[in-house]
Amino acid sequence: MAQVALRNIVKMFDKTPAVQGIDLDISDREFIVLVGPSGCGKSTTLRMIAGLEEATSGEIYIGDQLVNDVPPKDRDIAMVFQNYALYPHMTVFENMSFGLRLKKFPKAEIKERVDNAARILDITDLLARRPKQLSGGQRQRVAMGRAIVRNPKVFLFDEPLSNLDAKLRVQMRTEIKKVHQKVTTTTVYVTHDQVEAMTLADRVVVMNGGLIEQIGTPNELYHRPQTRFVAGFIGSPAMNVVSCQLVNGGAGLSVKLADGLAFPVPDARRSRYQQYVGNELLFGIRPEHITERRSDMPGGSHVFDARLDVVEPMGMETMVYFTVGGVEVCGRVNPTAAGNANETMPLVADMNQMHLIDPRTDKVL
Amino acid sequence: MTIATATPGGATRAAAYGSIARGKRRTLYWSYFFLFLFVIFFLTPPIYMFITSLKTSAEISAASNPWWVYGPTLSNYFELLSQNQFLIFFKNSAIVSVCVVCITMVIAVLAAFSLARMGFWGSGTLATGVFLTYLIPETLLFIPLFKIFAFVHDYTGIELINHWWVLILLYPTLTVPFATWLMIGYFASIPKELDEAALIDGAGYFQVLTRIFIPVALPGIIAAMIFTFTVSWAQFLYPLAFTTSADQLVLPVGIVTTLIKGDVFNWGQIMTGALLGAAPPLIIYAFLMDYYISGLTAGATKG
Repeated sequence: MAQVALRNIVKMFDKTPAVQGIDLDISDREFIVLVGPSGCGKSTTLRMIAGLEEATSGEIYIGDQLVNDVPPKDRDIAMVFQNYALYPHMTVFENMSFGLRLKKFPKAEIKERVDNAARILDITDLLARRPKQLSGGQRQRVAMGRAIVRNPKVFLFDEPLSNLDAKLRVQMRTEIKKVHQKVTTTTVYVTHDQVEAMTLADRVVVMNGGLIEQIGTPNELYHRPQTRFVAGFIGSPAMNVVSCQLVNGGAGLSVKLADGLAFPVPDARRSRYQQYVGNELLFGIRPEHITERRSDMPGGSHVFDARLDVVEPMGMETMVYFTVGGVEVCGRVNPTAAGNANETMPLVADMNQMHLIDPRTDKVL
Repeated sequence: MTIATATPGGATRAAAYGSIARGKRRTLYWSYFFLFLFVIFFLTPPIYMFITSLKTSAEISAASNPWWVYGPTLSNYFELLSQNQFLIFFKNSAIVSVCVVCITMVIAVLAAFSLARMGFWGSGTLATGVFLTYLIPETLLFIPLFKIFAFVHDYTGIELINHWWVLILLYPTLTVPFATWLMIGYFASIPKELDEAALIDGAGYFQVLTRIFIPVALPGIIAAMIFTFTVSWAQFLYPLAFTTSADQLVLPVGIVTTLIKGDVFNWGQIMTGALLGAAPPLIIYAFLMDYYISGLTAGATKG
């Protein structure tokens, strides 16, 4: 068990920066997910923790030890790869026990540890098989088993579910969470899938362009994004972002959108936004905060009419799309209340959940 | 061509549309046709050798049908195998080939692993360089090699010319580059995560090589071994140039120099010797053919 700390980590590939100065503290037993689009440096960061890449500058600590110059085998970590990386010429048992055999553990203990891990992962029946005879999900379990038997200080996962089909991915996601609840080891998990990040993580690290955009619990990221990137990246469908002007009307602040729409800003936000009056800003609101008209609407809700372009029934809810100033905006309404395409429908925006983004700094105000 | 030109105008023309089975069958016919040509082309010499090896000298020189044995005899085999000389050639060839295979594999596997995986400065150029040395014709190397041998003799007093064991040092110059190149291609096809997983599991580079790479790349290694064995078993020019005494010769040169006396060709024994000499590679191929093919193709697509 150990905490992991990164201090101003930089990684250059030739002259291209992949990671541009990252600070991160991971506490003992914490499940941290690094998430971001392709090429944001999340995998490189993980590989530097593993020791598979050398940091160009900065310091990496595992426990209290500075590990920059420690080879992977002495870092006491275990890693699960996207393509599983099982040794094809070994049985599942041999795969899982490989690390222990290298470290010359007694045979009885190897067997006990492998059996124990196999029980946790429900692969006891597969121990005599070779990787070729396993399905994708089974291979993934074996790869996790290989990590668990080592009983390392830190687990590292590099997009472990990307090669699985959608259904299996959801199943294995739950599996990973269960395993972490049983084997509480510090875990760093890399994914580009924000749903995976939200469901698994104690804290999520959103990365973009080799930098950390925001670190926070899944709920913090969702409800209080600090940057435009995080606001757009977390949540599906993505947050609606439309350009607006903040104006001071008679009754208080309001955001003036294109097409003559104006939404009043709740009084609670007045002091926060006061200094930006008159600025061109971006108005952000999540689809679930644009709904049909209900009887129990909270204060701060604003009713407006929208002409629907597309209506997408999802079963549990219906997505309605309309445009504001040429930008497509999405709302989530109750299927029974949804209007038809090319018709006008009254919608309600919950302005208590609004965000304002400064387009010059891309920061959420 | 006859089949191809006959069908379009024929009564079966309508069936030609959309008949996959028909197209397949035609492809198969052509495949068999060319395979048959190949078989005739490549099997005629060994069959002729075999037929001739069963004849007496008198029958060979007689103007009878060369493709038929009228009085079959194993006398050529008995004579050859009872000659001490032939057994010495065989022994020399066997020792040289086995040693060359061992030396080549140790060098080639280590070289290929470091060139394919360690990614040190200049490893790419070095890998190309290894292959380029294979392109130098071996005949060009005789004079420099004689020079080197003379130099070694002058400074150490060790005579390298006319010793069968010196071939053990010479052949790897031919086999190591190609075997290394073949292995680089094979090693490159092994996913990088496999060695990374092993490194994290606690293996050093040498353990990654012995416990992961060698077992996983076994087909490639066996292909390289077969290649090396064949090259050193069949090598003719080097032993011809560097060995002269009868007890220092290897099989291919031995057969030619001892069974051709002036203008007298002992055809029956030459054919028998060649046939017996071809047996070991043939047996090895027969048993390891599958490995050989998968090894060669893996190297070909990924190299």
